[in-house]
Amino acid sequence: MKRAVLGAAALGGAGVGAWRWLSSRRTTARTRRAASRWLVVTVNRRPDEVVPGGRLPEPLARLGDAVEVRVREAPGGRGTELAARPLAPVPTGVTEVLARLGGEDPRQAVRRALRESRCLVETGEVLRADKTVTTRPTPAGRLVDLAVERAGGEGRL
Amino acid sequence: MKALCWQGVNELSVENVPDPRVINDQDAIVKVGLTTTCGSDLHLLGGYIPAMRAGDVIGHEFLGEIVEVGPEVRRHKVGDRVVVTSFIGCGRCWYCENDLWSACDNSNTNPAIGEMLYGRAPGGIYGYSHAMGEYKGSHAQYVRVPFADFGAFSVPDEVSDLDALFCSDAAPTGWMGAELGGVKPGDVVAVWGCGAVGQVAARAAMLLGAERVIAIDRYPERLTMTERHVGAETIDYTRTDVIAELLERSGGRGPDVCIEAVGMEAHSAGPHHLYDKVKQRMGLELDRPVAVREAIYACRKGGSVFVLGVFAGLVDKFPLGAIMNKGLTFRAAQQHGQRYVPRLLDLVSRGELRLAHMATHTMPLYEAPRGYDLFKNKKDGCVRAVFRPWA
Repeated sequence: MKRAVLGAAALGGAGVGAWRWLSSRRTTARTRRAASRWLVVTVNRRPDEVVPGGRLPEPLARLGDAVEVRVREAPGGRGTELAARPLAPVPTGVTEVLARLGGEDPRQAVRRALRESRCLVETGEVLRADKTVTTRPTPAGRLVDLAVERAGGEGRL
Repeated sequence: MKALCWQGVNELSVENVPDPRVINDQDAIVKVGLTTTCGSDLHLLGGYIPAMRAGDVIGHEFLGEIVEVGPEVRRHKVGDRVVVTSFIGCGRCWYCENDLWSACDNSNTNPAIGEMLYGRAPGGIYGYSHAMGEYKGSHAQYVRVPFADFGAFSVPDEVSDLDALFCSDAAPTGWMGAELGGVKPGDVVAVWGCGAVGQVAARAAMLLGAERVIAIDRYPERLTMTERHVGAETIDYTRTDVIAELLERSGGRGPDVCIEAVGMEAHSAGPHHLYDKVKQRMGLELDRPVAVREAIYACRKGGSVFVLGVFAGLVDKFPLGAIMNKGLTFRAAQQHGQRYVPRLLDLVSRGELRLAHMATHTMPLYEAPRGYDLFKNKKDGCVRAVFRPWA
């Protein structure tokens, strides 16, 4: 009986260990993939209008050598897929959360540049928000302020 | 300038706020002549829509006069009397070019919030939370109108201010429900809600050739108004079984097209209303989809359900099985106003569409908190409270 219990415990322990090892590999792989993922917008213009003569739209060009850029025609006449990703390593895990909260994740600048590039190429200008002021600072209002401050560089893009 | 500010849940006040100015070259500044309450404002007021901050100017349905234009505005000039669509569309992204204006890719200046909530961000809208871009609303003496060439429409001389006002939001929203709901000649159409949007949806269904249009509500004055000004049949849902009534009036088939114009704070006479309300209060469900559920159950096999009422997040007990097994087409949208405004102004000028009667209460802007109390609580037969910022 004692031997059976020990055997079951050993088997269980090995199973948990194997599961943790596998899931850590999965997590690492997922994190690696997320860190190297292209951020993409589709611009409703032909490629030669998006990057005339190979020149990037100004908001993206401002990032200079810090980003890698890929341009290709979108299917179905939907314009141009404009993709970019930071060349420098991006933070992951806890450091990613802190960097995003602090506005220091390099992907935030890339997302913002892609969105501004799309707006500029499609409309001729980068739309700016109204300047709004609060009449009464509240904890919920401060959260909104933080969300708004990061909104151009965050999201699902 | 004077403006109506959201100060917290169920708290509004008129404040002095900075005047808007031209920020982008395609902006115009509009001196607001009329601006109206909308049922969707009540979700802001009730605290159901996230991302509001004390001091935010609300209001999104308005008409006025252009007093300043940016250097790149081509289709308008100072002095134009314009009605402005509530959703801001750039006019040149894929969505705007495909007449899906409320999904504009470029007008929401805070896209991350919408993307986190919905997967992709909707377009920007005046005075409707920071999740929909950071734009001051129209319950003010002036408002900045981005991409003015696409969102502002000159009002023909023969169309009155009050008629044109509702072409900003209520009328295009209602029209969209009937048109994108696929109303065809000979159809039986049911519309849930006899507010301004529901009335226009019912009228649009008639103008698109529906044989029979039945509107559902519980407020006698709204039911009477719909019968009188729209010409639709009505059902008071507190007095009868709506689904049985609709079956009887549609030869046992159910309506071909069901249009929901109620939204996330729907009321019903049944016990499920209490169920939804309790869950909403406990934070277990964000929206109350009572009318949507009923529309899905009532709709004929192979019919179409269109949701016009505003919903913010998650609902419970959504009858997906009914949609699947009856082969329904289920569709929804925020309004693609730019697609419909010229046609609506034309219909109004020809007398085929009447809208001014929906302005049941008109008052100066400084009385706006009272106007919202009348509107929210349906006091004194209020269908829409309209504010005059310069009175």
